[in-house]
Amino acid sequence: MPTLPTVPPQPGPPDPGRLPSPAPPPAAAPRRTAFAEGVDRLRAAATTEPGRLRVIGALLALLVVAFGAVTAWQTTDRAAAADDVLHSSQPLSSDAADIYRSLADANTAASSGFLAGGQETRASRVRYEKDIRTAAAKLVTAAANSDPDSPSAATITELNRLLPEYKGLVERARTYNRQGFPVGGAYLRYANEKMQKKMLPKAEELYVKENQRLRADYADATPYPWAAIALGVLALGALAWAQRRTYLRTNRVLNHGLVAATVAAAVVLLWLVVGHTVARSDLNDSYDHGVRSLNVLHDARIASLKARGNENLTLVARGAETVEVGGETFDAYDYDFRKDMETLGKGLTQAGELADDATGEKPVTAAVGNMTEWKKRHASARQEDEYGNYQQALEKVIGGKGATGECFDNVDANLADALAHEQTEFQQAAGDGRDAMTGLPAGAAVLAVLGAVGAVLGIGRRLSEYR
Amino acid sequence: MRARRLRAVLRGWGGVGAMAVVCALVAVFALLLPVVGSHSGQSGGTGGRGTARISQARADAECTDPEKQTLSPSGADGPTIEAIRNRTGEKRKLIVGVDQNSYRWGYRDPNSGGTAELEGFDIDLVHRIAQDILGDPDAVQFKAIPTDQRIPAIQAGRVDMVVRTMTISCDRLEKVAFSAPYFRTGQQVLAPKSSPITGYDGSLADKKICTAAGSTAYAQLKADKDRGKLPASTDIGTTVPNQLDCLVRLQLGEVDAVVTDGALAASQAAQDPTVQLKGDAFTTDYYGVAMKKDADDLVRRVNRILVDYRKDTAKGWQYSYRKWLSATLGDDPVKSEPPAPEYLRKG
Repeated sequence: MPTLPTVPPQPGPPDPGRLPSPAPPPAAAPRRTAFAEGVDRLRAAATTEPGRLRVIGALLALLVVAFGAVTAWQTTDRAAAADDVLHSSQPLSSDAADIYRSLADANTAASSGFLAGGQETRASRVRYEKDIRTAAAKLVTAAANSDPDSPSAATITELNRLLPEYKGLVERARTYNRQGFPVGGAYLRYANEKMQKKMLPKAEELYVKENQRLRADYADATPYPWAAIALGVLALGALAWAQRRTYLRTNRVLNHGLVAATVAAAVVLLWLVVGHTVARSDLNDSYDHGVRSLNVLHDARIASLKARGNENLTLVARGAETVEVGGETFDAYDYDFRKDMETLGKGLTQAGELADDATGEKPVTAAVGNMTEWKKRHASARQEDEYGNYQQALEKVIGGKGATGECFDNVDANLADALAHEQTEFQQAAGDGRDAMTGLPAGAAVLAVLGAVGAVLGIGRRLSEYR
Repeated sequence: MRARRLRAVLRGWGGVGAMAVVCALVAVFALLLPVVGSHSGQSGGTGGRGTARISQARADAECTDPEKQTLSPSGADGPTIEAIRNRTGEKRKLIVGVDQNSYRWGYRDPNSGGTAELEGFDIDLVHRIAQDILGDPDAVQFKAIPTDQRIPAIQAGRVDMVVRTMTISCDRLEKVAFSAPYFRTGQQVLAPKSSPITGYDGSLADKKICTAAGSTAYAQLKADKDRGKLPASTDIGTTVPNQLDCLVRLQLGEVDAVVTDGALAASQAAQDPTVQLKGDAFTTDYYGVAMKKDADDLVRRVNRILVDYRKDTAKGWQYSYRKWLSATLGDDPVKSEPPAPEYLRKG
């Protein structure tokens, strides 16, 4: 096979990659005559067949290399976004939900302890401490994973500042409670206010922001790489045209170099389309069956926590706060409780619809059962409270067996199971999606270079015939 | 405030003819009168004697001793008492608005052994009233009411009565009916022992004071600040649902002093040895049982119960005072005992 150096160098530079561009002359010599000379030379070259061949070879090589480069660039972007979904934004979104959950649960545990009248039980103290620890740990992870100047980082800093403040208030409440002073209750109210009005809204904000980030990462990972595909089709078209031209002029069917370039470009295009389609479908699957389920379950869990908090506050406030809706007066906390339970019910229905297998459905169904029982027991506790049997009402809410607290714990545990299951499903689908693009950027680059070399060699073979 | 405006006006127009002064005066009065009138309507306190006096003068100069504006005692049943007695089954209870945060008045002792029972001086009185009306001291449904919800709760009929360290005042008398007074107290300043605050005086300049929203203490501070009796630099913007929440703010350093009834301030001081009452009480107030404005039979009945309660040395007022309040207010109840009741209100 003839090689390039055998080609006469006169009409232009031997490297076809530099052929089409009139750029070298002005760069090399600013003199107008040199530029004009280069243009003239190119124009002259285009009128002869070897000159045309050089231009064609250069264009083909350029197209194939550009196709490879754009493919590598676009798939790298998508693979990185898919990796972010899997390893950064989804875990952070889950962490944010956990932060909210731990904070709300800690607050509920603290107020239950106060409600019990006497000193808080060991169980409620352990629960509180565990929640605080979880929240603190997740805040550290979240801080490490957020950009220093992002709004999420500001929210995390604020939460990190408020958490010890909150804990300090609860500790004071404990101390005064031990001494038998009602100012302990006042501290707990203050802590509760801080949690409800400052911390939980911040935690919710964080959750919303992390979810937005997750959606943005999905949006970056899933769109078709149209630029790469278009270039691929263009490159294949140009290769086909060049081969047809050769065939028409020489009657030779196959030019080895050009065929190799065509095969390389076709493989890259096929790999790109199939790989991305698979990745896209896996990622979409991970969103539809993972993220959506996870979001619905997180929301349901938060609703059940809010409901539990309000149920406790109904008894703490003892009818102090009322709201008027449609001319009827309701206990403000009980009214909120009912709204939260509605949200929980809707969330569970949605989660049941989204669950796509028996393992996912089971805990959701169980949670629905717990919720129904919870509502029943709550109604009976409310009845006692309306009759002024405060002690009995208390027993039915924070007592041991048969209390609404049991139902809440069961709802929470079942939702935790469902969340764990959906998390696994998500990780599997998103992982598959990301893996479908493995090697694509590097493969595309290597194949494109090979294809370009093939195209140049193929054209060179024809050129050698003119010597 | 008016004087200041007037001075400003005079300074601005100083030297100009009498007509200008008269015009300015007319303008100032026209501007200020509605403000003062509506202000005393909202503040909900007697305490603002200055403003209260104006609003009363404008009404009919009737309310001078609010604690005497109650009906004479009677044991007769009327429609209100009948309605309470006609409650059936579990609902046959007296519904009473109380506090669960006032140490030794109405509160839950966390160390009482796990029960959620409310106890204190006010609670004793509630049990006594329930005993008399329904024959069972425990036939009570307690509702914990924040300070500024006491009047709305009575007006909306959510409670039959409020027994919650509630000061009898002229403004409140327009919205609810009061029993005869059952306790005497007065507004006092509470501050850390180390604080330079000496009492209700100029030492409060540049200080932040905490009061309960809707309390007589707040109304008093507002009125005194408007009149210039309290330094203009005193910040009274911090209000909380319950006077005890003020102790929290004080301990956290968010405010410099608390103003509340001496009886309640003493309860706060009892929970924190580093704070103390500063200066003497600067008002005289009386606690009364508040009821719906038209519940005449219930008011008379409660007044009769109070007469008996005061007389009953074994299980009555004296006993309850010794049990709950001698520790915080001193062994001698004389300064807390209300005067012999007068019943000036005509049914």
